[in-house]
Amino acid sequence: MNNLSHLDALEAEAVYIMREVSANFDNPVMLYSIGKDSSVMLHLALKAFAPEKPPFPFLHVNTTWKFKEMIEFREHVAEKYSLNMLEYINEEGVKNNINPFDHGSAYTDIMKTQALKQAFDKYKFDAAFGGGRRDEEKSRAKERIFSFRNEDHAWDPKNQRPEMWKLYNTKIFKGEEVRVFPLSNWTEKDIWMYIQRENIEIPSLYFAKERPVVYRDDNIIMVDDDRMRLLPGEEPVMKKVRFRTLGCYPLTGGIESDADTLDAIIEETLGAVSSERTSRVIDKEAQGSMERRKREGYF
Amino acid sequence: MQDLLKFITCGSVDDGKSTLIGHMLYDSKLIFSDQEESLKLESQVGSNDGNLDYSLLLDGLMAEREQGITIDVAYRYFTTNNRSFIVADTPGHEEYTRNMAVGASFADLAVILVDSSKGILTQTKRHTRICALMGIKHVVYAVNKIDIVDYSHSTYDQICLDIQKICLEYNFKSVFTIPVSATIGDNLTTKSTKTPWYEGPTLLEYLENIDVNTADKDSGSILPIQRVCRPNREFRGFQGEIILGSFKKGDEITVLPSEEKAHIKAVYNLDKETDEASKGQAVTVSLDKEIDVSRGSVILKDTDLYKGKLFRAKILWMDDKKLVAGKNYSIKLSTAESLATVMNIKHKIDVNEGSKVYTDKVYKNEIAVIDLACKDVMIYNKFKNVKEMGSFILIDNVTHQTAACGVIEHNLRRDENIIYQKMDITRDLRSAQKNQKPKTIWFTGLSGSGKSTLANALEKRLFADGKHTMSLDGDNIRLGLNKNLGFKEQDRIENIRRIAEVAKLLNDAGVIAITSFISPFLSDRENAKSIIGRENFIEIYVSTPLEECEKRDVKGLYKKARAGEIPNFSGISSPYEPPKEPDLTIDTSKVSLEDAVELIYKKISDSI
Repeated sequence: MNNLSHLDALEAEAVYIMREVSANFDNPVMLYSIGKDSSVMLHLALKAFAPEKPPFPFLHVNTTWKFKEMIEFREHVAEKYSLNMLEYINEEGVKNNINPFDHGSAYTDIMKTQALKQAFDKYKFDAAFGGGRRDEEKSRAKERIFSFRNEDHAWDPKNQRPEMWKLYNTKIFKGEEVRVFPLSNWTEKDIWMYIQRENIEIPSLYFAKERPVVYRDDNIIMVDDDRMRLLPGEEPVMKKVRFRTLGCYPLTGGIESDADTLDAIIEETLGAVSSERTSRVIDKEAQGSMERRKREGYF
Repeated sequence: MQDLLKFITCGSVDDGKSTLIGHMLYDSKLIFSDQEESLKLESQVGSNDGNLDYSLLLDGLMAEREQGITIDVAYRYFTTNNRSFIVADTPGHEEYTRNMAVGASFADLAVILVDSSKGILTQTKRHTRICALMGIKHVVYAVNKIDIVDYSHSTYDQICLDIQKICLEYNFKSVFTIPVSATIGDNLTTKSTKTPWYEGPTLLEYLENIDVNTADKDSGSILPIQRVCRPNREFRGFQGEIILGSFKKGDEITVLPSEEKAHIKAVYNLDKETDEASKGQAVTVSLDKEIDVSRGSVILKDTDLYKGKLFRAKILWMDDKKLVAGKNYSIKLSTAESLATVMNIKHKIDVNEGSKVYTDKVYKNEIAVIDLACKDVMIYNKFKNVKEMGSFILIDNVTHQTAACGVIEHNLRRDENIIYQKMDITRDLRSAQKNQKPKTIWFTGLSGSGKSTLANALEKRLFADGKHTMSLDGDNIRLGLNKNLGFKEQDRIENIRRIAEVAKLLNDAGVIAITSFISPFLSDRENAKSIIGRENFIEIYVSTPLEECEKRDVKGLYKKARAGEIPNFSGISSPYEPPKEPDLTIDTSKVSLEDAVELIYKKISDSI
């Protein structure tokens, strides 16, 4: 008895969580950020409710600075599985030309955190699935699977609801919401192993390929379109790179790699010397920056 | 494929839990180099002597770093050549016991730290007790800081004896002790040369090899239903996770609570049809005939479960507000949900000695044995038989906080003896005869706000319409039915509970009940609402301001209260909590009595 493999156990847990959300909330949504974690989450949702389609819409918060290929991939996936794919853009931010070059952390706040809050207010979602994993970052490691947010969409880390066994407290008042992380207990390695086992489609940005990049501080930034601002003396060069996480291209560092197959990526990841969040520029700003942003409503 | 061990580390504050795990990960080269770098950096700032502070790997919240303590559970993931691990590092402070329990509810094994220079502390005993309560069957005591006691064999032996003593009370399947030093690293991943008298495995070796998958005590198969899947008219599937045994095509099954029988038409493991699915798998099953199955139902094969409303349970109280008997909570048990009333508190359990302490109040982080009465028939088992069918949480209906978690000890005999007499003359028939829909109209507001005056005028108006009504107020309740109650908190709760039960009886008799009581607390009114039934409860908030009520002071009570002669007087020395979403609000300082009655009449005339 109980001989489930590690991956089977994680899969069953995520499915259980998704079914609980669908049974307990009126208006749930699955946040879809196009990356590998979202791809796994979508795959699990397709399995969890079969033969029914996932009984909720998907939401992509678009900062307008995503890799071109990400948006193409999103459209492709939405069509392939006939998903109800919503897109939300903070138009106010676009009007004011908020961008990652001039506005630094304010950009992330306005185009991501504020945009997400606006989307919640617009659609009145009461629960939202996110692909966060506890192995990503220290404050994530402390977050519940069902993570309560108050009317201002804020997280109170010092007063989290106790989460006992698999008995999730789903009670909220109007205007409040719950963020749900079905992949909480997955590691980066588990994600890759599962993608391989289930043959899940992911954007090709994850695979090494010759791409135009610049080297800036300790990061390798891809020049995805002509909005990229080059510093004096900076000249894009073609390099074989891949990305461990996907986000806004000016803020996502790639790594030099020859891994152009899943096997090669897994090989590299298992021997990885850096945890994946180092390729996100925002995390290094200050100790506790992730927790601070989450308290303000960031996913 | 490797299997997975979920374990926790616990023990008193400063016993070195975070350091132990941090050091183990570090030694096994299980942390990434950038984490290592930031650890080195932070240690130089964060610790006194510039040595690596391994606990910084785990204490992730800003408040934790500031205070140098662990507040909430941190989950860490690592894999060795033999096993995958998830470790929940839990807080040691008594104040955060509930967070420690969160970790314990998730784990198969506990590593409990003991400071060898201090020996067994109250927190060591408390944590052992909570591990046992939450269902952990395997414990390892890491006797830490063995370097501080100069690797003394006799100190270690004495602590082992004490551990044996405290474990006598519990039914653990395995208890093991290892002398370690979390700071130096003795016996964590490599055998220490300083403890030649210890011949057992290192902590990591032990964790890699222990078998926690003991065979289930109960035979048979259980599938609690999470949701019904109806993609089209042809398909009706029931989705859930198998918690015991297995199911295959053709099996004859029974569904509780309906007790109807059917055969399994197909079993799907996620999206794929399969011959047989077993424990731990998320499945969808379809049946050969249409029977009553919905969320909260349980599909069974070759076994049985209790079916009833009353049971005795052991709980860990987690809410800041104390537990008082008589209050209603929402209960979640497996996939079912209902309302539950704490009928009585049998006793508390002394953390140290395990002895019974008789009391009527239970405070945060205390363990107690209580009797619960649920509104609906629940399907359950004893926790010791089937963990998933014997564990529950209680949720406060006003704050929505998780107030307690508990495990079912046994059913209550009374449940079998009280069989609700099925009556041929039903509430519907009685109401039809009276040509009305029986509701309870609940007035709440300060003393002197005009509740009784309004209730009286409204009753006259309804009576004139030919309605059958009955007014409940202080005079006919406090002087009669409730004359044995005082004004203590528990009595106050009981007072409102009895009033609500009487109102419900009146409604059952087809009569419209009108109640006028200050009922100052949200939780009490919430309680009344759940007894009477939300759909039958019309809440009218008489919002006349305090100054006006005090000016009226018909009974001279405010004067006395101001003089300090009446303790706990609502609005003066005790709070009044206005309703959040009343059906109607009336301020009698702004509206005339006639207009107010008209407003109420208009509001309710369609629903009565």
